[in-house]
Amino acid sequence: MNQVQNFTKGFIKDNPVFVLLLGLCPTLGVTTTAINGIGMGLATTFVLVMSNLVVSLIKNAVPDKVRIPAFIVIIASFVTIVELTMQAFTPALFEALGLFIPLIVVNCIVLGRAEAFASKNNIGSSIIDGLGMGLGFAFALGLLGAVREILGSGAIFDFKFIDGDGMLVFVLAPGAFIALGYLIAIMNKFKKA
Amino acid sequence: MAKKESSFVNMVVTLFVVTAVAALALGGVYNVTKEPIAIAKRLKIERAIGEVLPEFDSIIETKILPEGGRDSLTFYKATNQGEVVGTAIRTYTDEGFSGRFWIMVGFVDGDVISGTSVLEHKETPGLGDKMEKKKSFNKKTGKSWSDQFNGKNPMDFTLKVTKDGGDVDAITAATISSRAFCDAAQRAYDELKKQGGE
Repeated sequence: MNQVQNFTKGFIKDNPVFVLLLGLCPTLGVTTTAINGIGMGLATTFVLVMSNLVVSLIKNAVPDKVRIPAFIVIIASFVTIVELTMQAFTPALFEALGLFIPLIVVNCIVLGRAEAFASKNNIGSSIIDGLGMGLGFAFALGLLGAVREILGSGAIFDFKFIDGDGMLVFVLAPGAFIALGYLIAIMNKFKKA
Repeated sequence: MAKKESSFVNMVVTLFVVTAVAALALGGVYNVTKEPIAIAKRLKIERAIGEVLPEFDSIIETKILPEGGRDSLTFYKATNQGEVVGTAIRTYTDEGFSGRFWIMVGFVDGDVISGTSVLEHKETPGLGDKMEKKKSFNKKTGKSWSDQFNGKNPMDFTLKVTKDGGDVDAITAATISSRAFCDAAQRAYDELKKQGGE
């Protein structure tokens, strides 16, 4: 597999949300607006890239039996770094994402990529894999957030184009499932064509 | 380099090194971000006080634990060139639809509400979150839901929703959040009265 494919697979072919269906907890939780989705996606991207980098660096120094605890410590550290940094420099975004930032630790994508890719490949490919997967995740969350924001509150990126409320159900949890279901259906159709 | 063997010593040493490096890195980041986080929190409080009180140039902060309360209220007594302009009170309620939330209530002239501002909450988006000013802002009237409290004295403006025999119009489909909001404001008012109405 060349590096271009390695990078782009996260967007369509192996998109973490639409195809692998990983990390659905933050996906459904934070995507009430497009900007929240993108913010969460970028935070996850950073953690993915950094943890993939470190995991592929130390893959040979870590005995097999303790690799999962070692990976989790690495991932949790980067998540805490992201959390503190966001709290310090982007308090508004931190407030919106709040609870979900610590949950990046248990996001299956991060550990999944560390275990399935970074622990078997070299540093360069691992970084590109993390970047592609992370941006694919951010793209999916942004898209889902945009759909929910447009339908739910008649706005996009906080810019309101209708008066009053939209279809409230799309802002609430059930709407997240409905919107995600349709997006996956469209994605499947698009992939087969 | 060949993969390390999973011997006892190897595992202990690896985990020790990994956790030690992680701890050092986190300590470093914590030190760097400690200051900006404190400033950001401070700014948020100050912005909320500015929203609920007229102009002021200095504030005195006191924390008071109400009787039977689970957490303390914070009083911010604001003065402008030595003259008292009012008191902003950071108050809370546990009656919210999704648990506790915090609001700031400003009082001027002793006990007249000058403004309210929501500090943090977990109420339902699209319903209960209309207690936030910008979420319920109506372009035609130029007013938000929480504006109905402004200029009212809780002495003759009962801080209860109309359904409970009070004077507050509840948010449509979010009576519980509205009730909780009143509860928080009432808690601030009661404590203010106890402290001598200043």
